[in-house]
Amino acid sequence: MEKLPSLHLSRRGLIGAIGTLALAAVARPSSAADSLISFDELYGKFGVLGLEFSDKVKRLAGKGISMKGFMAPPLKAEAQFFVLTEVPMSLCPFCSSDADWPDNIVVVYLGEKQTFVQPRQTIEVRGTLEYGSWTDPETGFVSLLRIRQAEYSAV
Amino acid sequence: MRTLLAAFAATTILAGAAQATTVYPLDRATILAGSPFDFKVELNKQVKLEDVKITVNGQDYKTVLGGEAQFVELEKGKDDKALGSAILLRGLKISAPGDYKIEVAAGDETKSVTWNVYETAAQPKAKNIIFLLGDGLSVAHRTAARIMSKGMTEGKANGRLNMDDLERMAFIGTSATNAVDTDSANTMSAYMTGHKTAVNAIGVYADRTPASLDDPRVETFAEAVRRLTKKSIGIVATAEVEDATPAAVVAHTRNRNDKADVVGMLLDVKPEVLLGGGSAYFLGKEVAGSKRKDNQDYIKQFQDAGYKLATDKNELAANASAEGNLLGLFHTGNMDVTLDREFLKKGTVDKFPYQPGLVAMTKVALDRLSKNPDGFFLMVEGSSIDKMSHPLDWDRAVYETIEFDQAIGVAREFQKAHPDTLIVVTGDHTHGVSIIGTVDDEKPGTEMREKVGTYAEAGFPNYKDENGDGYPDKVDVSRRLFLSANNGPDHYETFRPKLDGPFVPAVQNEKKEYVANEQYKDVPGAVFVQGNIPKSGDSGVHAADDVVLQSAGPGAEGFHGYMEQSDVYRVLADTFALGAKQTN
Repeated sequence: MEKLPSLHLSRRGLIGAIGTLALAAVARPSSAADSLISFDELYGKFGVLGLEFSDKVKRLAGKGISMKGFMAPPLKAEAQFFVLTEVPMSLCPFCSSDADWPDNIVVVYLGEKQTFVQPRQTIEVRGTLEYGSWTDPETGFVSLLRIRQAEYSAV
Repeated sequence: MRTLLAAFAATTILAGAAQATTVYPLDRATILAGSPFDFKVELNKQVKLEDVKITVNGQDYKTVLGGEAQFVELEKGKDDKALGSAILLRGLKISAPGDYKIEVAAGDETKSVTWNVYETAAQPKAKNIIFLLGDGLSVAHRTAARIMSKGMTEGKANGRLNMDDLERMAFIGTSATNAVDTDSANTMSAYMTGHKTAVNAIGVYADRTPASLDDPRVETFAEAVRRLTKKSIGIVATAEVEDATPAAVVAHTRNRNDKADVVGMLLDVKPEVLLGGGSAYFLGKEVAGSKRKDNQDYIKQFQDAGYKLATDKNELAANASAEGNLLGLFHTGNMDVTLDREFLKKGTVDKFPYQPGLVAMTKVALDRLSKNPDGFFLMVEGSSIDKMSHPLDWDRAVYETIEFDQAIGVAREFQKAHPDTLIVVTGDHTHGVSIIGTVDDEKPGTEMREKVGTYAEAGFPNYKDENGDGYPDKVDVSRRLFLSANNGPDHYETFRPKLDGPFVPAVQNEKKEYVANEQYKDVPGAVFVQGNIPKSGDSGVHAADDVVLQSAGPGAEGFHGYMEQSDVYRVLADTFALGAKQTN
């Protein structure tokens, strides 16, 4: 059973911890470690009427960051981006359609073409963080958080 | 779920292949007199208008159907594939009851279908209808809910569920027009329109063209109530309010995943009370958490249309007896399930800590709707019985059933004070699940399967409800009910409740096959269960078994024996006299 808490915390329960984590991040002196950002640190506030990006996201916007996660199965083979999720997308029994991504996805635009990895492999993505609504002109996919000029490797 | 999406793709492809000439509504359709519907003929070949002859009961169709159809010389499928010509007449009505034989001839193609147009009682039998739908509600769910909630001594239940005392009953067939096994979209659509349709479709017949929003429409129950009465309409669900079941009360689409469009359809019908999850589709795309692809702010549009907004249980309670329309959205997605929300505090409960339950939502809906002197139609969905049965999480599914039954209790209390109310309780489809005994931790050994008791070895479970809230005080008691699925993906059976969050039986590998989730492999005593559905399936699937419908109140006598889901609509329409000219 011991693996379960992390699995489910990450899937649905992660959000409650965010308030405190975000505060902790602010309190810490700025350092290289700050450019690492986790899924837990993306949002500062959750609510029915919308989510709010954390101070850390706002501070790191436009800067180089790295982030660990999973590559969701690509929308189309030739898409120039993929969706980074906190847990493998196959662990989403509630998702009734491709539109039903979890709240906390990050879209990754690659600087150069790379081979896609299997969905269960943890990867680390490095690139420039960007937030705000963006509609991919080619696919119409709407995203709120992106890593641009990205590269990734398996970890 | 994903399997449904795959089925949708498959049916779409099939529909594009050469088929017999198709007429919508289909043969043997039953149609409420005066209810608007779209008529469509799909021919296999491209023909000229002058080559098409359509008669209704031997007369030219224009005389009987009251209008000239639009002729589409060539319909195109995916990648511009030529599909053939089509004839389309939207929003026609037939007022006179009887059988209508439609004969189509075009070149060498012919097709004949017969519809039955029915009238209803001239006078309404009830002022109010409360339609309570347990999504996926199977016999095992209710048996388990009774035993876990009330207990059992020497083989007799120690108490009864609220649904146990609804005296009028029927067995209901759930199959779709294109499959014996089906989904929540078309099952609820059949209840809510009187027409069966295809998997994934709501309020339409599923035509062959790729667009999902232009398929031939049929009227929904809420639309008929709006057209003919001054009654109020309420929709309550623990799922997203734009999910298949609540959507089917008002919406029209070939694809249940058109959730952003469904929100607009909800606003078109303007139910007086709309409560549930799913706010992500109400928020413009600029708002973090939105799932829309446009910037429409439906929260504001509903407010501009006179709705009060509630976003948690305190705001809901404060609105309980207020005037005007009420929109209550309590989660961006599906609301958390009872076991997580009330007991384990898992799932997303710390994100949305003040979600009301189904009971509180039903109470508020009844308080507000009953202010209308003309009466109301209220649909209440116990949404997550299904959502927890797909991942084979039986404990969560049974807790959902208990909560659903408590909402039925609220409806029954209302009915005592307002006997002019029809209550209908049913499921939309079943799941392949049964109770086969108990799991007893006290049995010797370490292998969990040796602790499974069947027949005389099962004894009775030892759940307790000392605080009298109707739920077991503890879900992980030492001797538990053992529910088992008859289908599913590869998975590990742990024989224990999943205390850390809903069960995730299978995960996808690089070949896009679902394999057993190894997170559960090391749970002591877990055994590997080989799947018996295709490896593309991520979870247990619906069963084609009949569902049980139970009912009480004026109009309930219409339910008996075996009925198709589409026949249930006719009883509802008869109860409100929707096939007769209303005088009030």
